[in-house]
Amino acid sequence: MSAAEQVAAAEHLVAVEGLHTYYGKSHILDGVSLNVGRGEVVALIGRNGVGKSTTLKSIMGLVPATAGTVVLDGTPITNLPPHKIARLGIGYVPEDRRIFRALTVMENLRTGLDRHGVTDERKRALLDKGFTFFPRLAERRSQAGGTLSGGEQQMLAIARAMMLEPKIILLDEPTEGLMPRMVSQISQIIEVLHKEGVAILLVEQNVPLTLASSQRVYFMEKGAIRHHCMASDLDVHHPLIKQYLGV
Amino acid sequence: MTATPIDKPMPLKTTKLSHTAVFWIGFAVVMAVLVVAPLVLPEFWRRFLTEILIWGLLAMSSDLLIGYTGMVSFGHSAFFGLGAYGAAGALLNSNPPNLWLAILAGLGGAAGAALFVAYFSTRLRDIYFAITTLIFSQIFYVIIFTWTNVTGGENGLIFSRPHFTIPFLVDMRFTSMTMHWFVLAMVTGSYLILRRVTQSPFGMVLQSIRENEARTRAIGYPVQRYKIVAVMLSGLFAGLAGALYGIQNQFAAPDFVFFVTSGDTVIFNVMGGIGTLVGPIVGAGFFQLLRELLARLFGDQFPYLIPLGLIFIAMIIFLPQGLLGFARRWLNR
Amino acid sequence: MHTLAAFFASIPFDQILIQTVNGIVTGMILALVASGLTLIFGIMDVVNFAHGELFMLGAYIGVIVIAATGSFWLALVVSSLTIAILGAALQIVALRPLIGRDPLTTILATFGMSLVLQNFALWQFGPTARRIGEPITANFQLFYLTYPWYRLLIAVLSAAIIGGFWLFLKYGKYGVWIRATTQDRVMAQAMGIPVPLVYTGVFAIGAAMAAASGVLFAPLSGVYHTMGLDWVLRAFIVVVVGGMGNLLGSVAAAIFISLLEAYASLWVSPAQAVIVSFVVLIVTLLVRPTGLFVPTPK
Repeated sequence: MSAAEQVAAAEHLVAVEGLHTYYGKSHILDGVSLNVGRGEVVALIGRNGVGKSTTLKSIMGLVPATAGTVVLDGTPITNLPPHKIARLGIGYVPEDRRIFRALTVMENLRTGLDRHGVTDERKRALLDKGFTFFPRLAERRSQAGGTLSGGEQQMLAIARAMMLEPKIILLDEPTEGLMPRMVSQISQIIEVLHKEGVAILLVEQNVPLTLASSQRVYFMEKGAIRHHCMASDLDVHHPLIKQYLGV
Repeated sequence: MTATPIDKPMPLKTTKLSHTAVFWIGFAVVMAVLVVAPLVLPEFWRRFLTEILIWGLLAMSSDLLIGYTGMVSFGHSAFFGLGAYGAAGALLNSNPPNLWLAILAGLGGAAGAALFVAYFSTRLRDIYFAITTLIFSQIFYVIIFTWTNVTGGENGLIFSRPHFTIPFLVDMRFTSMTMHWFVLAMVTGSYLILRRVTQSPFGMVLQSIRENEARTRAIGYPVQRYKIVAVMLSGLFAGLAGALYGIQNQFAAPDFVFFVTSGDTVIFNVMGGIGTLVGPIVGAGFFQLLRELLARLFGDQFPYLIPLGLIFIAMIIFLPQGLLGFARRWLNR
Repeated sequence: MHTLAAFFASIPFDQILIQTVNGIVTGMILALVASGLTLIFGIMDVVNFAHGELFMLGAYIGVIVIAATGSFWLALVVSSLTIAILGAALQIVALRPLIGRDPLTTILATFGMSLVLQNFALWQFGPTARRIGEPITANFQLFYLTYPWYRLLIAVLSAAIIGGFWLFLKYGKYGVWIRATTQDRVMAQAMGIPVPLVYTGVFAIGAAMAAASGVLFAPLSGVYHTMGLDWVLRAFIVVVVGGMGNLLGSVAAAIFISLLEAYASLWVSPAQAVIVSFVVLIVTLLVRPTGLFVPTPK
């Protein structure tokens, strides 16, 4: 990266520049560039299969990038081992939640707590905060993750990521498969996280929720970013929405 | 008649040799070397070369499973050993000891073992298959070791080398040279047969199983049946190697069946390059040569398996395709 | 009926009693060896062919420590720690580069390791077996027979080690890390768990278990460079019969097989009694290939 690029990158919390990834011979990400500011909620919109989840996974180091850079708070993190990226401050909530089914709710949360330099006090404080945000989880703290309902698992996945005290959370399709009642809860959670100063990179198909929760929106198609604007410029019936999400 | 300008170069006619042509030329060259070798080599190296061929045959049989079907077997010592014991049985019980009967008996013994092992082991995939073949070869070891009446137990069986006979035509004793040529003929024939097999529709299915077993099954192939046939074929040629080894050295010992022999085989495969058929023969040669070299440099007591084992591990990490691996696609066209 | 009665009359009951206890004792050691093996496989997907050699080297280090200090218990601790470190080193050097590759490469790599380690032992210690004495030579009264205390101690200690590890896995801080990694390696990493380190740790623990078994068993058989071979083969059978990756299954299978072998050795020689374990394996493969003691076939 040039000095100017580095300076520009340092201004954003997360800066992704020209990311390319492959799956076998398929070119999945074709030069993705986006950024997320501190405490910002940024949405990534597009049809199924354009590479939104892959973008999140590449940032997290779970999918190797063949070209391009990812910078977190001025530190290049491209292709670092995922556990290091997590500890640097990125929380990942995947599309299928992927909570540890045989571990209890408490143990699921603990996986994010046992890091260097976290005192027992802080651990307890983090747990308390988690349980305050998600009282349902407090009730079920000794239950195995696999016995929770879909909505509760989603909450657990988000709570678990919060235990990392992340600067940014990568949220992949949080409302997928959830009842409408739960969807509004997700909306509230995103708002609370935003108030806490946690940035969010949100991948979502639910347009009203996305527009209500985000500040900026990136439109993605065929592995690249095609358009970018403020969420306030859009509404549910906007032609861009139809263009990039419509059938 | 138009004059050809002097400054225009005459186009050189280059005949591009077809792949088949290059292969057979290479084959002929190698064969020529192997046929002439015993004429120029001293006795020790003559026998050494013959043994490499036999070990190579064993490793080649194993390559059918490892390289083409994707099944790592640690059970080849059983097929090898039973090939040797089968031959021994025939030689000790026929009068005069008949070469062809010995080979047949060896093949039969190995086939029996292969059927038994195949039936149980092919139910499992991958790692489980490898472990169960290992355990089965040990089962055979224990049986042979303890059934002293039939197998000679710990001491094995000793017998004399049969004559080379073609009914009504030839009857002569083997010299180390003619033994070499006989073994060479057997190994070459085996290679050609195995090559034919790997390039046949059957062989294609095996390779498809190696690439993606689930998909092969989904398409409709009875995968387990193919695997059983692959194990049996592999076992047959391993048994041939065993029979030849017994005939060459005139004894059969329980050590043949001990799983370390299987381990050595796998080492030859990996070192030489799996999926090439000839790679394992090269691997066997490489291993034995290194071993001989180390023994000559450092003495007989030198634990040659330590550096050889380290080289083996290093090859797995850094050169997983083996010595001939680079030629794999070319050799299989 | 008459033959049946005659058969029962011919069974030497006191011998059966002794063999029962013997079977349980051997079974517990076998369980300890197999536990390390099934742990490494269940968590890392690695078939550790060098496990028997770690057992053997553990025994040799025990011999050295006892010769230097005279203390059996010190030998047990030092050996376990040393082999744990050796195990970690082996994993880092030879197995970490292979993560993500075809799992069969790890079989080959550990096989290579076993060759090197075994021949190293032969080279350094020679072919003659070493002997170490039992730390407790007293006997106790088992009904109307005498039975050595030490053998009972072996069984108890093995059970304690396995039990201790199980507790660590369930309640310990790093136990959660291990269990999370086993269930979902990718998400474990995304949660900041240093998975490569977890793998090294697990391998080291498995190696330590093998070493401890080696030291515990050494007084019974002597220490020689091929002692690992007998055990690793039986351990593999136990792991397959008990269900690969299933800790409790391995323990149950180990005791089951050892009991059967102990009883069989009343009638046939020990070399042939081992055929019993082979038969159990064949039956398992025919009837329930995922493991005899696995509750539901997966």
